[in-house]
Amino acid sequence: MTASTDTTVHASNELRKEAPQPDAPPIQVKNLHKSFGEQRVLKGIDLELARGETVSILGRSGTGKSVLLKLIIGLQHPDAGSIRIHGREVTGQPRGQLNEIRKSVGFLFQNAALYDALTVQQNVAFPLERQRGLSEAERSQRVRELLTNVGMEKHLDKLPGQISGGMQKRVGLARALALSPDVMLFDEPTAGLDPITASEIDALILKMQKEANLTSIVVTHDLPSARTISNRLALLRDGEILIEGSFQDLQASKDEFVVEFLNRDS
Amino acid sequence: MSPARGATLAEWQHDLFLMASFTAAELSSTRKTAPVNSTSIFVRFFEWLGDLSVFCAQLLRAVFLPPYEFREFARQFDELGSKSLPLVALAGAATGVVLSLETHDSLVSFGAKSLLPELLVLSIGKESGPIITALIVSGRVAAGIGAELGAMKVTEQIDAMEASAVDPYKFLVATRVLACFLMMPLLTLASDFCGILFGWIATTLTDPISLHLFINNGFKEVEFSDFLPATFKTVFFGLIIGVVSCFQGMRAHGGTEGVERAATSSVVLSSLFIILADVMLVRIIQVLFP
Repeated sequence: MTASTDTTVHASNELRKEAPQPDAPPIQVKNLHKSFGEQRVLKGIDLELARGETVSILGRSGTGKSVLLKLIIGLQHPDAGSIRIHGREVTGQPRGQLNEIRKSVGFLFQNAALYDALTVQQNVAFPLERQRGLSEAERSQRVRELLTNVGMEKHLDKLPGQISGGMQKRVGLARALALSPDVMLFDEPTAGLDPITASEIDALILKMQKEANLTSIVVTHDLPSARTISNRLALLRDGEILIEGSFQDLQASKDEFVVEFLNRDS
Repeated sequence: MSPARGATLAEWQHDLFLMASFTAAELSSTRKTAPVNSTSIFVRFFEWLGDLSVFCAQLLRAVFLPPYEFREFARQFDELGSKSLPLVALAGAATGVVLSLETHDSLVSFGAKSLLPELLVLSIGKESGPIITALIVSGRVAAGIGAELGAMKVTEQIDAMEASAVDPYKFLVATRVLACFLMMPLLTLASDFCGILFGWIATTLTDPISLHLFINNGFKEVEFSDFLPATFKTVFFGLIIGVVSCFQGMRAHGGTEGVERAATSSVVLSSLFIILADVMLVRIIQVLFP
């Protein structure tokens, strides 16, 4: 494993005191490595997103796409490399500092990961209850706004087990947007949904991106969805980004793997 | 310490270590079909201990550093405490009845029938009440916490909590461990009360005695040092239940099988550690309160 000194996992004290830099790229990943035991999942990923840009990460199952998202938000720790959100280093941060960075990042999990003991509105209110000095009325108003935006305002008191998978994704999206993040990470937002519901989720993501000028990374196997919601696509293979560019760039590629991947999914 | 006693203690420690390591290794195993040898058992046991140490350090930080999750703590205190009360009261009552029935005839045959109330009070207050309460709570609460946190872990709910900038150690772990820690003495007092009350009922059904006289005789020779240390030692039992079940739940993986493993191991390990801790605590209490 070769990691340069400026991409060391353990941030220095200077890094820990960093404030967000408005001019810095919202997401900047440099030379990211991650292994699980003997299995090297990511082998030097480099990725940078401009403000308001959406990049879809494609690739076969088990190539580390979801791992990349979890590394970006600090749920897992890289072996080497650097991840910066608005110029602030994520790796090696103490929990308090990491939580400050996380407030600017929303994460939609593959299965929505709603708290199954809480109702729909309690799920969305959960991050708000702890992070902001909002009054009860203001919080309630914000929860209603968020749920109305995703078309779930009529299901406030239902438990996650009482709503469909598509509805769970909507509630998950509302919860991810509760803290008004400007960076969003989507882990297979349309997985397991029928084509119509998947299109609705795509439309919802596009709407949110436009309204809030979100910078997003979308991990997906759904090529039509990736085409709809992304400015750029990156195809992962053997822990490295094989090709990166617009959908047309990928289509123009003569690489056997790229051709096979696009043809299978199209 | 005599050599003979030293040897016995060393053997006991050795057996205990092997038993604990085997249990921990089995419960922390991720590969059911993997061949088990003594080296891997020891490695896995020490891995488990290392993980537990890191977990405890996280727990201490979550307990002592603000912000505090008072509302969730109150909810857990109610959830774990008040809902365990009927079960604990029933177990305490049954213990009182059984002790009364078992000892009555023996004491009558020795002509020491008048000692029954005192025996019952001391027996329940010093040992039966605390240990039975702890084991009952371990069965109910540890399984619940292990399964709940295990399910949250395998369905990424705990990851979602972290991603929302909420510390799961504060919200999920510290609140549950503190609730277990503080509720145990209260539940033990309730269990003791029911044990003594139903012990009197069982006694008076076979050999009528007024409650007033029963209580007078029962508490005549009893001092605070008989009751208080035995009751307050249960905070350690609560700590064991909370820490073990939260730890097993938080490290669950592998879908429903992982949840099942977390629930089972929470009950097995917390019950085992409660019994082992009781051995040490009884001896410490005997030394401190001779």
